[in-house]
Amino acid sequence: MIKAQVLVAGRGKAGAIKPASSPEEAQRVAQTIFSMTVKGEKVAKVLVEEQLASRYERYVSIVVDRGSKCYTILCSTEGGVDIEQVATLHPEKIIRYRIDALLGLQEFECRTVAKQLGYSGQQMSKVASIVSKLYQIMLQCDGELIESNPLIETEAGDVVAADLRILVDDNSLFRQKKFLERSKTFEPDMSELEIKAREKGLAFVELDGDVGIIGNGAGLVMATLDMIIDYKGKPANFCDVGGGASEERIASALEIVLANPRVKVLLINIMGGITRCDDVARAILDIQKKMGITIPMVIRLVGTNEKEGQKILAAANIPSLNSMEEAASKAVSLISGGI
Amino acid sequence: MAILVGRKTRAIVWGITGSQGQFHTQLMLEYGTKIVAGVTPGRGGHEVHRVPVFDTAREALENVDADASIIFVPAPYAKDATLEAIAANLNPVVVITEGIPVKDEILIMEIAKQKGTTIIGPNTPGIITPAQCKLGIMPGHIFKPGKVGLVSRSGTLTYEIAASLTNAGLGQTTCLGVGGDPVVGMSFVDVFKMFRKDPATKAIAMIGEIGGNAEEMAAEYVKKTKYPKPIVAYIAGRGAPAGKRMGHAGAIITGKAGTAETKIEALRAAGVRIALKPGEIAKLIKHPKLTLN
Repeated sequence: MIKAQVLVAGRGKAGAIKPASSPEEAQRVAQTIFSMTVKGEKVAKVLVEEQLASRYERYVSIVVDRGSKCYTILCSTEGGVDIEQVATLHPEKIIRYRIDALLGLQEFECRTVAKQLGYSGQQMSKVASIVSKLYQIMLQCDGELIESNPLIETEAGDVVAADLRILVDDNSLFRQKKFLERSKTFEPDMSELEIKAREKGLAFVELDGDVGIIGNGAGLVMATLDMIIDYKGKPANFCDVGGGASEERIASALEIVLANPRVKVLLINIMGGITRCDDVARAILDIQKKMGITIPMVIRLVGTNEKEGQKILAAANIPSLNSMEEAASKAVSLISGGI
Repeated sequence: MAILVGRKTRAIVWGITGSQGQFHTQLMLEYGTKIVAGVTPGRGGHEVHRVPVFDTAREALENVDADASIIFVPAPYAKDATLEAIAANLNPVVVITEGIPVKDEILIMEIAKQKGTTIIGPNTPGIITPAQCKLGIMPGHIFKPGKVGLVSRSGTLTYEIAASLTNAGLGQTTCLGVGGDPVVGMSFVDVFKMFRKDPATKAIAMIGEIGGNAEEMAAEYVKKTKYPKPIVAYIAGRGAPAGKRMGHAGAIITGKAGTAETKIEALRAAGVRIALKPGEIAKLIKHPKLTLN
């Protein structure tokens, strides 16, 4: 088997995992795979391994269980398929085993899981050792998810983790340095602007609409986005500058949001708490001059020192509004009015 | 009456010598919160806004009486600071810090559970009982004492909704953010249980968002217990795409799970009234018996 080594899921479907029956064929197949770009990532490495005739495929993973506040082993006798589908259609086929954070995962627990998966004898020991290793890797690498899909049983009766995938917790990158370097150059499913925004410490998600959105606070920005959609508009992005929005952060946010050529109107929604609205207003004007922003801006600026802030903007002919509703509907009307 | 913090709360600040810690210690003191000590290893003997700083919690407690704590320590050191606060029997422990690895959060929550400690956060604006105690980073002036309990997964959206409640004459008993991370100390259910027992709380405003199933669990609890107090909820993220983190580490739709629609549906079915805009919460809650004066 020739397998593209890329940081995305769904390689098989993308044609980046292919069999070969001779060295010559392996070379041809590898050349094809090397010329591929899988979900945005160019293939730079392939893994060549023994093709295993599998008799049976199972699924095993360890996930962060948000409700129980622990790691949980999820496994199923239905492997090699979309596990979410199994969970929806046959919830009884999913086995869950919660791992105690203080006790850790003991060997007897791994055997219990292997037994529940239907293994006994030597196969049980082998599966138990795979499960144990998955948990060790999860802890060593600060995983959010580690998944073997499929875990296969060969014709000879051996059990092999034929595929392994791990998602590393972004919040752990300060101590997972080897992953940090890699994530600077490429992130699966992240656009160039999204990677750039992350470097600047902004929470930014690119969308396909034309209303650029900047706000302070994740919940507030999500609510702004929902409101734009309710008014039949299309958000171009999600951009959260965070709590204490400094001039510098607002500048980076504007730079990134406006780098998207689809943006036709910019909506800024600031709820000044500790942040003072007059500071924010001055920052916006400053940046507008420096960057020469030409598209229309709708600004909603309320909270601490809101009157001063709104006065500063009014003097520069930038309308600022009091309510989120007004601001969102104004932004959408500027788009549909053809500006 | 209120929940978790009040006039008598005496708190120790972890990370009091850092810029965030210093700034918010001043604002909390100005609000009237009793901040009795700070802990920063290596800075014992100093003072911040006349609050004594100690190297360890043990030393702090040899010198002052305290029952609660608030953590401003950067993410790499937050696990240690939080465990020290738990070990010192401080309760609740409010963890403001954003960006703590989920592995550390899992350990913190397990130890807190064994000790019986309530953790608020991580990645929370904190908790406020208006006119009594503010253990957090929220702007104090937008909150007013009253009869509505507020619980949220968000920061500024909480301020937005608290301000609209206050403007509508609806004061609050206690407002708290449970935190925006995937693993946090308190669930909506935990907070609902406390509001249920608090005679001063007559109605509840709930602010949820995409990701996880805390809202669905809350809906189940409300339905099962025939919750006796009216609840109005706003859920952010109806327009969020699947698979993307929307600012908060915990705000992510995985596959088909954790969408705003499933949460809204579950809450509606449980009899919770849904506000489709943040400003509607105050309108839906408004009742002559709840307003001030």
